[in-house]
Amino acid sequence: MEELKLIMDGKRLDGRGFDELRPIKIEVGVLKRADGSCYLEMGRNKVMAAVYGPREVHPKHLADPSKAIVRYRYNMAPFSVEERKRPGPDRRSVEISKVSREALETIIMTEMFPRSAVDIFVEILQADAGSRTACLNAASVALVDAGIPMKGIVTSVAVAKVDGQIVLDPMKEEDNYGEADMPFAFVIRNGKIESIALLQMDGNMTRDEVKQGLELAKKGAMEIYQLQREAIMKKYRTEEEEE
Amino acid sequence: MPEDILVDIRRDYVLSKLRDGERIDGRKLDEFRKIEIKTNVIEKAEGSALVKLGDTQVMVGIKMQPGEPYPDTPDRGVIITNAELVPLASPTFEPGPPDEGSIELARVVDRGIRESKAINLEKLCIEEGEKVWIIFIDIHALDDDGNLMDASALAAISALLTTTVPAEKFELGDDYPLPVRNLPVSVTSLLVGERILVDPTRDEMSVGNNFVTMITDQDDNFVGMQKSGTFLLSEEKFYELMDVSIEKARQIREILKDI
Repeated sequence: MEELKLIMDGKRLDGRGFDELRPIKIEVGVLKRADGSCYLEMGRNKVMAAVYGPREVHPKHLADPSKAIVRYRYNMAPFSVEERKRPGPDRRSVEISKVSREALETIIMTEMFPRSAVDIFVEILQADAGSRTACLNAASVALVDAGIPMKGIVTSVAVAKVDGQIVLDPMKEEDNYGEADMPFAFVIRNGKIESIALLQMDGNMTRDEVKQGLELAKKGAMEIYQLQREAIMKKYRTEEEEE
Repeated sequence: MPEDILVDIRRDYVLSKLRDGERIDGRKLDEFRKIEIKTNVIEKAEGSALVKLGDTQVMVGIKMQPGEPYPDTPDRGVIITNAELVPLASPTFEPGPPDEGSIELARVVDRGIRESKAINLEKLCIEEGEKVWIIFIDIHALDDDGNLMDASALAAISALLTTTVPAEKFELGDDYPLPVRNLPVSVTSLLVGERILVDPTRDEMSVGNNFVTMITDQDDNFVGMQKSGTFLLSEEKFYELMDVSIEKARQIREILKDI
């Protein structure tokens, strides 16, 4: 396993260059019952996001008289990974849910809906590294689909250090055997990256590598943003044509 | 209700001082509180440390026992980190299963130790694929006056530095010191507007839970980062945080070298 070369002749295991994303597919409004929904594939990640709300808060004591509360549940299906995952939240998913919720909460205009809840549920149907970023991208689109007022859109992508090289959007092998993993989420407003909404990192990176990673992540995020935008526009254009 | 009013008063006080570039306890913006580390405070534990960071107190105990390795690392010891925010430490902590706050705390501390490769896990293999040493790092918060993160990380590495592998107890030969080969240091900052406050106190945290934790190793490389809280971080602040974290960690590492 130690000899596994992750980069050969300047290409990655799946033939991508260092600054290339995996193929992304986004579909908007795929669930009937939810107020907003999105199905997203990012490489072999397959995730489904649903948004309910603004709606009444249960249990009631959680309600905030000054703003809406935001809840986010990152949940992996038992069949989503190589070895069956025991159903229900584990420590990893609790942490991911927390930082993801915080990222989205920065853009949702919660003060418009006191005493109510915006619930975001994301199911990982298949996971292949970077599932938290795929989920945030899907959740963001589902929030738009639900008509939740927002100050911008959240777009998320990870970078990794693999065989000493900084690469965009790592896949499973790169995540497992790479030297570092750094997921980001950005707030994009008026077509420009404005700030960082999510930041995590583990592994080993120099200051310069972190800087290089951030630049690469920004480039990747802008590409994903265009796809999120197109997917949303496509749905509403189709609806207009039907009328 | 009175607690809410107090929070408002504290927040106003913190912010009004900060307008003049001052902190309520007179520290510089990038100054840590006084750090006190006592090691081997619990005889029954294989290693332990009590860390005081100002008035914040955290105890970490290390227990070790032989157990099964993970299938993908059959020749390496296992680290398991857990944090308990017991109600004794703060009026806002409640008994019960770990909430997201304590899970995040434990996972970020774990990240620093794991990713800096602070413990030589290859040396903790007893029988490949069958038996390895399991290291339990248990973080016990005793008094939360802010920045439990850095206090816990410091207590964890301090406790590990004084840990003895209890081989005799399990009839596995002579006891030996746990092989520690790196010193990860966590630096947590509170972001208030344009300002970065290193090692925030509980009172300072009343302005908002806007934190960034950055963990560096002894070569000044980053081994862990975590943005925590509902706020947006500018690129400029991100770079500033990296510089502050490297510099502060170097100072704290000097204290660790004396253990």
